[in-house]
Amino acid sequence: MQKRLVKGNEAAVLGALMGGCTHFFGYPITPASEIAHAAAYYFTKAGRTFLQAESEVSVINMLYGASSAGARVMSASSGPGIALMGEGLSYLAGSRLPCVLIDMQRAGPGLGNIWPEQSDYNMVVKGGGHGNYKNIVLSPDGAQEMFDFTRAAFSYADEYRMSVIILGDAYIGQIMEPVDIGSTVDHGKRKDWALYADEESRENLITSIFMKPSSQGQHNRELQQTYRRVEKELVDWEEIETEDASVIFIAYGIVSRICRSAVALLRKAGLRAGLLRLKTLFPFPSEAVLNHAKRKVTIIVVELSNGQMCQDVRAAAQYSTRIIELLKMGGEIPSVEEVVSFTQKTVLRSAH
Amino acid sequence: MNTIETSSVLYTHYERKEGNQQTTHYCPGCGHGVIQKMIASAIEELGVQNRAIFLSPVGCSVFSYYYYDTGNIQCSHGRAPAVGTGVKRVLPDSVVVCYQGDGDLAGIGMTEIIHAANRGEQLTVFFINNATYGMTGGQMAPTTLLHEKTLTTPFGRESERDGKPLAMAEVIASLDAPAYVRRCAVSSTKELLRTREAVRIGLKNQVDKLGFSFIEILSPCPTNWKMSAVESRNHIEQVMKQFYPLKTFVDKRPENVCIKNNSFPLMNDDELLSLLTGDLTARSFESPVIDSPKTITIAGFGGQGILSGGTLLANSAMAHGLDVSWLPSYGPEMRGGKASVTVIVSDSSIPSPLDEKPDFLLAMNGPSLQYYKDKVKTGGTIIVNSTLVDDEIGRDDVNVYGIPATAMAQEALIPSAASVVMVTSLAVLSEVVSVFSLKESLNASLKRRELLDANMDLMKTAENYITSNFLVNNYNKKV
Ligand SMILES: Cc1ncc(C[n+]2csc(CCOP(=O)(O)OP(=O)(O)O)c2C)c(N)n1
Ligand code: SF4
Repeated sequence: MQKRLVKGNEAAVLGALMGGCTHFFGYPITPASEIAHAAAYYFTKAGRTFLQAESEVSVINMLYGASSAGARVMSASSGPGIALMGEGLSYLAGSRLPCVLIDMQRAGPGLGNIWPEQSDYNMVVKGGGHGNYKNIVLSPDGAQEMFDFTRAAFSYADEYRMSVIILGDAYIGQIMEPVDIGSTVDHGKRKDWALYADEESRENLITSIFMKPSSQGQHNRELQQTYRRVEKELVDWEEIETEDASVIFIAYGIVSRICRSAVALLRKAGLRAGLLRLKTLFPFPSEAVLNHAKRKVTIIVVELSNGQMCQDVRAAAQYSTRIIELLKMGGEIPSVEEVVSFTQKTVLRSAH
Repeated sequence: MNTIETSSVLYTHYERKEGNQQTTHYCPGCGHGVIQKMIASAIEELGVQNRAIFLSPVGCSVFSYYYYDTGNIQCSHGRAPAVGTGVKRVLPDSVVVCYQGDGDLAGIGMTEIIHAANRGEQLTVFFINNATYGMTGGQMAPTTLLHEKTLTTPFGRESERDGKPLAMAEVIASLDAPAYVRRCAVSSTKELLRTREAVRIGLKNQVDKLGFSFIEILSPCPTNWKMSAVESRNHIEQVMKQFYPLKTFVDKRPENVCIKNNSFPLMNDDELLSLLTGDLTARSFESPVIDSPKTITIAGFGGQGILSGGTLLANSAMAHGLDVSWLPSYGPEMRGGKASVTVIVSDSSIPSPLDEKPDFLLAMNGPSLQYYKDKVKTGGTIIVNSTLVDDEIGRDDVNVYGIPATAMAQEALIPSAASVVMVTSLAVLSEVVSVFSLKESLNASLKRRELLDANMDLMKTAENYITSNFLVNNYNKKV
């Protein structure tokens, strides 16, 4: 197994090309610009297409067109850009077009700053635009998963005819780690619904309009059925030392790695800590959360937001156990030491 | 007209239409139906029905896909030129019809149309100027004439408040790229014939790959103009034409420059794989040298090769079969000239990659020493660039060494390689990586390969210096 030292942002582009992506449309925004830079180099060199669009609104509509034409397509942006893509994401969902996006989250609201946050959670995990739709949302914790998740995203997108969003953060893009890029390119297949400018596909229609409420209702119900299938088939998480744990962290992205360090330190100090690392955010690993909640463990949600993901944890736990939040915003991130001492204090408090 | 005459490119029976499937959804006297028939006939004549993809906008023509027996995409409001760009970049031989109203194109979609035109996308855009937002019931459009009353200008459009009507053909013609820009009207038999010709030229240009064609068509909306069909056509002839002159603004057909495709050839899987793997993979020795994770922070200012020093160290650790993470200082910090990178090496997978408590600090200037020195673990090691740093350390629980990294790098005429000296010192003084693997990883870590020999020599100089000078802590800690 030959590995290459690659930055998370670049790994995503390698993953995209190995995942059969042929078209990247981009618009610069820190901390996602490096993905566009790498795509501009690799896609162009490989005879694929990289195009810098005039705005994120144009990006999402170029993706809409290129996806209609059967290609595996992607872009990368950050909060302000993803917000501009909201209408387009909704159209993609309504027209059932596959698409892959990467959101390297930065701090908000407004222009905020370019330090990491996880405050796009609601926008991305709940949909982002108008209507009853979902995106598949994956949360990588390092360069290898930036590669793996991006590569896999294209087959998920095609299989379910949905947008897949890789929800990263400023740090995950910056980390350089050994990455195994594998050896097979997954090109995907001809899609029977797409337009190929030939006789066979001429009848195909890409639209999100169903004029009669009953037809639009049926369309919506079919979308929900797809989401239920996604929930069954794609949900993924990692359990780290949770089996005997009395305290379990729930986290994703860079925070999950901080918590992983905290688990090791807490165990050394005699506290049975564990970590539930979320790899998919939609589908949300509700069952895994509930299983632990039923055992009455203390759950500590560590998150770089005002508790957006924690809402889903509480719902999944059905309010059956103690859930505590360690929240940071604005680009601040908790140190391992802080997580450890917070946890020790929390446990002490509950012992009294 | 509210039934479309037959063309093999149009369905005869509108099965996609929920409701009366024999007639179109356009009002009597509306220009859309006439123009759409012309487009269908031109597609038929050019023999490109199978390659044609019709982009329906948001507006009264949103349901164009009821009628066109071609590929169909319904687009969001104003974005057809972006959608068309996406389609054409995937299917260069498709014939894409961008069909847009004035609210769609000149209002919400102004950005998309300007940029598609400016790129010279291989598209044919039909811009239906009916000076109103038809579908939403007759509000002011960017093209609404001055003093005209609409739902949102009940007292008439005023230039001071609403701006003047936008003449889009003129705007598009001001760009360099478009191949064909023309304004027509569907107000009389004579103009209908001219429009028919323009439609055909616009589509043929796309088939011939001549570039971007833009055809503006003044088109009646009797319903919102509150006029009869005849009055509407007269209104175009007598009023609209005064402001929107009918003419050909750009016609590059005689130049006949087929747009060249300058892209790189499409790589097959093997070529792609070797592009992605590159020759950047360091050789593997599979002999871990450490038994517990080690954190190394290299810090200084931009230009000292901090990040590539970190890459060298990381590649070298990887060659030992270790897991490794490399995390640079980030964002605004870098603008101020500060640079740092934290490399963690471990024989198992690395949890947090952050620089909380380094085992080793390679301090390449004074400020970075001050910033990081107290974070170094007890029993850890600080290596100082003694050319630039003469500060107090103020700790006696760490090992401290000094090496004139900047001076050595300058002497070797590669001042940006000062970090190589520092990393070499680390390799000699610690078990993190071996000097051998560092040397073997040099090629994979250098951005400028032509400096390989100079870097290698510098490494040897550093190695010799350290082995002869560093038997004891040599830096004055000034505790
Ligand atoms: C984002 C968004 N904003 C507003 C609308 C509402 N809307 C539908 S059609 C239309 C105006 C269309 O006017 P025009 O492009 O001139 O076409 P016409 O109907 O006159 O042919 C508007 C504003 C929408 N569908 N989407
Ligand atoms: S409202 Fe105007 S533009 Fe729309 S169909 Fe009727 S006449 Fe045509």
